[in-house]
Amino acid sequence: MNPPLLQLTGVTKSFGAVRALRGVSFNLKAGEVHALLGENGAGKSTLIKVITGAHRPDGGTIAITGVAVVDLTPTAAQKLGIACIYQQPALFPDLTVAENIALRLGRSRFFDRINWRANQSRATELLGRIGAAIEPDAEIRSLSMPEQQLVEIACALGAGARIVVMDEPTASLTQQEQQLLFAVIRDLRANGVGVIYISHRLDEIFALADRVTVLRDGESVGTKDVGEIDEAGLIRLMVGREVSHIYPPPESAPGEVVLSLKDVGCTASGVNRVTLDVRAGEIVGLAGLVGAGRTELGRVLFGLTPADSGEIRLNGQRITVRSPQEAVAHSIAYVPEDRRRHGVILDMPIAENMTMAIHRRLFPGTWLNLKAERNLALDFIRDLGVKAFGPEAPGVSLSGGNQQKVSVARWLATKPKLLILDEPTQGVDVGAKSEIHRIIRRLTQEGLAVLMISGDLPEVLGMSDRIAVMRGGTVVATLQRGADAGEVMTAALGQSAQETAA
Amino acid sequence: MSRYIRELSVVAGLGLILAALSFFAPAFFAPAPLLSRLAAEVPALVVALGMAVVMIGRHIDISVGSIFGLTAVLCGTLLANKVPLLLVVPLAIVAGATLGTLNGWLVAGLGLPSIVVTLATMVTGRELLSLWQQGRFITLPNGVQWFGLSQTAGQWTLLIIALLLVTLLAWASRRLSAGRFVYAVGSDPEAARLAGIRPGAVTFGSFVLLGALVGFAAVLNLVQSPQVDPKAGGGLELKAIAAAVIGGVAVTGGRGRLWGVFLGLLLLTTINPALTYLHVEAYWEKAIQGTVILLAVEADRFQGKGAAK
Repeated sequence: MNPPLLQLTGVTKSFGAVRALRGVSFNLKAGEVHALLGENGAGKSTLIKVITGAHRPDGGTIAITGVAVVDLTPTAAQKLGIACIYQQPALFPDLTVAENIALRLGRSRFFDRINWRANQSRATELLGRIGAAIEPDAEIRSLSMPEQQLVEIACALGAGARIVVMDEPTASLTQQEQQLLFAVIRDLRANGVGVIYISHRLDEIFALADRVTVLRDGESVGTKDVGEIDEAGLIRLMVGREVSHIYPPPESAPGEVVLSLKDVGCTASGVNRVTLDVRAGEIVGLAGLVGAGRTELGRVLFGLTPADSGEIRLNGQRITVRSPQEAVAHSIAYVPEDRRRHGVILDMPIAENMTMAIHRRLFPGTWLNLKAERNLALDFIRDLGVKAFGPEAPGVSLSGGNQQKVSVARWLATKPKLLILDEPTQGVDVGAKSEIHRIIRRLTQEGLAVLMISGDLPEVLGMSDRIAVMRGGTVVATLQRGADAGEVMTAALGQSAQETAA
Repeated sequence: MSRYIRELSVVAGLGLILAALSFFAPAFFAPAPLLSRLAAEVPALVVALGMAVVMIGRHIDISVGSIFGLTAVLCGTLLANKVPLLLVVPLAIVAGATLGTLNGWLVAGLGLPSIVVTLATMVTGRELLSLWQQGRFITLPNGVQWFGLSQTAGQWTLLIIALLLVTLLAWASRRLSAGRFVYAVGSDPEAARLAGIRPGAVTFGSFVLLGALVGFAAVLNLVQSPQVDPKAGGGLELKAIAAAVIGGVAVTGGRGRLWGVFLGLLLLTTINPALTYLHVEAYWEKAIQGTVILLAVEADRFQGKGAAK
């Protein structure tokens, strides 16, 4: 029997007092997709960095096709055929595809003449091998995120990679793009490449992977064939405890209509004729493919790109929302997508982040009341279970899930009637995810109306009381709780005429 | 304590220089020249405070020297025409704020990059000044210099105004919503917008505030001499930016304390006389100032990584 492509045995790595890896063994066979799973902080990224030579392990051995490797450096790893494709492709945006590929693969010296023709044909060939319809002359900045990932994969192929590591490659992809990527990955697998695949989305792992290894607290807690384990089993392995309800069920009947949209449109952002109701105590999930107009609708309701047609009613009153300030005045709150960049101000302390939207109410006098601010922050930290050193800790010191909680707290502080959540659990680990879900559900029990935008289909299905599916900037179907993934996807893709009047 | 490490390092640097001076050149501490030197730096301090606000908000204003010069000549003309000083002070502030409004409108209203906008207004302002004044000095009437007080009393008045202003602005930056919003916008304008803050209004306001402070600074400068120099304020922008950076204001916005800027300017302006008293060639002055600025930026880089605010 051939030795495995990659074999790690008892790898340990500590950073100061933190033991990131405590004797991890892991192997990757040629021609398999091996998923790596674990909560944030379980040691996934450290393990990847050991494999790509970015971190030197403190102990344990690494063998590639049975040959022990010592002193693995990034350059050595590249030469041995290890390539890593990150979530955010690391390409030069102002150079063309062919130039990027040539730079990555070339060993040209400073004053060498550039062979444009060879670069061009090599790029064409590599892109053709993965079936990517990308012009080698296109500038990287003109490509979509998935196209950039394909360029990365082409680079990996060109470098003769035998081991390809993919770190959450689908985080910003639409369903279709994801399918294209999966096809490329399956193709790599068929050609004997070993793929290490990291993702938070369990359905992808079942769709794609052959085996899955779960890491927890720096240890491998099991490697399974995907055929012999189910989702619940995987989650149990990851969190090490029984997760009884992944999605907390609704416990009260929805009340009055809070938000009522009639033919709302915004030419600038492509939202057109959206009709939708959201009731007090109700979670309406906004589903759809990327580009269907979900985030755009959220931004319209928050006044970031104001509506230019139709009627928005809040508690029956007709309102206009021309700016975020007006939205806040109408008790509409919006927790934006992409919290890492814009949900919290990373430089600022938790307390200052939490009071950012309520200065006028919390501080009616001339001076800021720092004591009132601190108390409010302490309340939210306790209420939402934010794990932090204290209200003075800067946003950047928090994990993704806790940043998201701070972002939610900022808007709960405004005592909103309508809470718009855009991808509330994107990039958040499983434990924090179900915590955030419980918080959302609890808020609706207190009478809040929630509009939840999410590209995570299981989340939409599990959390929503009703699901509004968007396509082409408008709501094409409204489904009741209990709808299955197929119905949502059919509506989102527009493959059938089962559109119900919203 | 660790959150003030940046400011404390400036204090340490200052302490070191002063210790060296008290050992090698105790003459440095003779009261009269020391008071004069400090009073002479008051206008630069006032400008640096405003500059720090703009920089914390992620912008920059290199036209402060021109605003300073224009306001100074305007005030000089008014004073020469027997307008009382008490009336000229508010007029100077309004004039400065008006010029700041122009910068603020171009930057926040039209969304142009502040370095280009203020480069343009700096050059235009200087040229207007040359056309207007043709290099002529304006002789001020009696009773303007040192506010009509004795020189010592006038200098003390300037110092007291400076300290009051530092205290007031440092407090306001921490304890007013407006101050908080400047930090928020400087850290992440898009995040601030999503939190319901209007980044444009904050940026606009910071330029107007800086303009007003520069106008005030022009008067505080003018009362120190019998004549108004139409070239007043040349190089002021560099000094103000340097003081802010040395004092811990991040060029990338969102970080810095106004009392740190006060320390930064003290350090910056102690270097030059220190060199004189320690018998170092004056040629080294700019080189040493440059080194201090580089050190400050480098320190911010590390601090940024540790994410201490």
